[in-house]
Amino acid sequence: MQDLDIQAIVKAVLAEIQTFEGATVDAAQPAGTADSDDLNIDLDDPTLPEARQRPGIEKPINPDGLRALMAATPARIGVGRSGPRPRTAASLLFLADHGVTQDALMHEVDPNLLEELGLFSVESQAADRQTYLKRPDLGRKLTEAAKAVLRDRCTKTPDVQIFVGDGLSGAAIDHNLRQIMPVLQQGLSSAGLSMGTPFFVKNARVGLLNDVNGIVDAKVCAILIGERPGLARAQSMSIYLGYRPRPESTDANRDAICNIYEGGLNPLEAGAHAVQLIQRMIRDRASGVELKLV
Amino acid sequence: MLLRTKLFGKTIEFRSIRELMGKANEPKSGDELAGLAATSIAERVAAKYVLAEVTLETLRANPAVPYDHDDVTRVIDDAVNETIYDEIKGWTVGDFREWLLADKTTTDMIRRVSNALTGEMVAAVTKLMSNLDLIYAAKKIRVTSHCVNTAGLPGTLASRCQPNHPVDSPEGIRAAVYEGLSYGSGDSVIGINPVDDSLSSVARLLDMTYDIIRTWQIPTQNCLLSHVTTQMQAMKKGAPVGLVFQSLSGSQLGNQSFGIDVAMMDEAYEMAQKYCWPTGPNYMYFESGQGSALSANAHNGWDQLTLEARIYGLAKRWKPYQVNTVVGFIGPEYLYDAIQITRAGLEDHFMGKLTGIPMGCDACYTNHARATQNDIENLAVLLTAAGCNYFMGVPMGDDAMLAYQCTSFHDAPSLRQTLGLRPLPEFEGWMADLGLMKDGVLTDKAGDPSFFLSR
Repeated sequence: MQDLDIQAIVKAVLAEIQTFEGATVDAAQPAGTADSDDLNIDLDDPTLPEARQRPGIEKPINPDGLRALMAATPARIGVGRSGPRPRTAASLLFLADHGVTQDALMHEVDPNLLEELGLFSVESQAADRQTYLKRPDLGRKLTEAAKAVLRDRCTKTPDVQIFVGDGLSGAAIDHNLRQIMPVLQQGLSSAGLSMGTPFFVKNARVGLLNDVNGIVDAKVCAILIGERPGLARAQSMSIYLGYRPRPESTDANRDAICNIYEGGLNPLEAGAHAVQLIQRMIRDRASGVELKLV
Repeated sequence: MLLRTKLFGKTIEFRSIRELMGKANEPKSGDELAGLAATSIAERVAAKYVLAEVTLETLRANPAVPYDHDDVTRVIDDAVNETIYDEIKGWTVGDFREWLLADKTTTDMIRRVSNALTGEMVAAVTKLMSNLDLIYAAKKIRVTSHCVNTAGLPGTLASRCQPNHPVDSPEGIRAAVYEGLSYGSGDSVIGINPVDDSLSSVARLLDMTYDIIRTWQIPTQNCLLSHVTTQMQAMKKGAPVGLVFQSLSGSQLGNQSFGIDVAMMDEAYEMAQKYCWPTGPNYMYFESGQGSALSANAHNGWDQLTLEARIYGLAKRWKPYQVNTVVGFIGPEYLYDAIQITRAGLEDHFMGKLTGIPMGCDACYTNHARATQNDIENLAVLLTAAGCNYFMGVPMGDDAMLAYQCTSFHDAPSLRQTLGLRPLPEFEGWMADLGLMKDGVLTDKAGDPSFFLSR
């Protein structure tokens, strides 16, 4: 099963690379330029580690020392300057790293992915992205229409209800969901726990756990949600879980598994970890601070 | 109390000073979130019209939190100079704005009136000012302070070297300090936000930064921006503390959420006089930011600008060396985009200076705010024109620990060289002696952290 997953991922990544290269080649052929045949720009990826670690200072006083200083911190030092301003490479790398976070923030989760995993969609009360960013309180509540859909379509009183929210990074869901969902489903099933009907909520905040469980009445309710993107890192997802969340439940009543992405906490591992945590919550009938006290 | 105006034939009325103050604010997502913002632009302008007629006396009588319930209100009100207050209490907010902007009103006159102001008065006049009003008026008000260096002198712009590291590695932080120093960042302070608030970790980083300062004979001071109680323990244990730091809030409840109160800060201030290693007499460093009280549900139904102004009145009690707002750090639910962050940065700097504290700014934004590095560079230029005392210096503006972006090590020299300013004088002398700066301009040796590997 895992092998198959990995093959599928490799295929998807290759397809993505090919599309990207195709687009680049097209863009690099402007029509009607006399010397366009001579123009051949074909850059290596400047966001790879070896490119990031390249010093930007042309003649450092102590070149080996400079490399050692740069290796001591992930902060962007040794970048060099032109006049008082940063050199072009450092300046563009910053833009790239910020750009990818901005794209992730506004990124809509791939509808094909949701369909493939059998997730239907509902919305929070934050009607659009701007409202979502300004009004966290609305992102924590379901619309009346969404509640009606959940009442209609969701299995009630399961052991575990899992749902997905875009949060602050739809890209994080695109990156991790395909890997983590099967692990959760199989893990819960082998643990003998029944799972409710999974679904997706657009413009979601973690506090939706309370509204959702008011309808499905699960023992444990969990949301898979995109984290606030860090510079150059937009694919990080979290799982927040609560034991029988109530309308007044807060973060203190919840547990979280964070930093889920290839390179952080691997989604397969995170899924297995979540299943264990859910089993403990059900056994001890508690979550959050209360679970720590058990 | 009747608070109303007609505007384009329509009557608009406000029920209280509290409501009026909220609605007179320039747009902020935090005031919308709190349900305090004007619901239309016309209502906002109507509120400004009415506020312009309110006297300073009325504002003193209507603090955001009642005197008997709040130690921040008490600190500010008790500090009012009654002689000066008697001269100005009859001024309307509109009069006050024009007095600040008038050609005949000098720095000294404003500094004198500062001693009779409460946070509510400072906030009220700010609500009537345009961005250029804020820049022009703030530029008039010089507030200097002294620790090792002299900060806030006309013609200078300082930079806090902020060398944070995701796991507090002393070697990683040392590397970033070297980079910052090589750009002329660090005259304000070498100030680290630690991940680990433990005494041992904080003391270790104080020792390390003090060692750099001694080895290179740098005219500056060091600071670990941990909780104030940790720094108090560090001082007692003999760790070398340059400045004592704490974040402040604009209400007693807000400060409780930070784990502090006035009595604790009084004690920290006393200890700083007793234990800090630099010359002084200003040993305190404070940070603030609009929205912090609301996020702790400690705003008592008042707008975020008023709560922010009260922080400055509180901070003044402890004669700080420097204070800065961390203006975009709190996120888009309080300051949504570059327009709101820019406005708040200009407001906070002006309000700090009007209160009489040495004000700088962490011009910054988070990744979910609708802002970019260009916006923060713009704000830095505007604030430099307004006479801002200092900014942050962070490697390429990307803080490796706090996961937000602010001004770069490159920005202080860029702003200085663009707008004809210098580092703090003691620090510039040091850079010139090392050959890193000549006539206020970085030399060929500058911008290379490996320069500092030679001692």
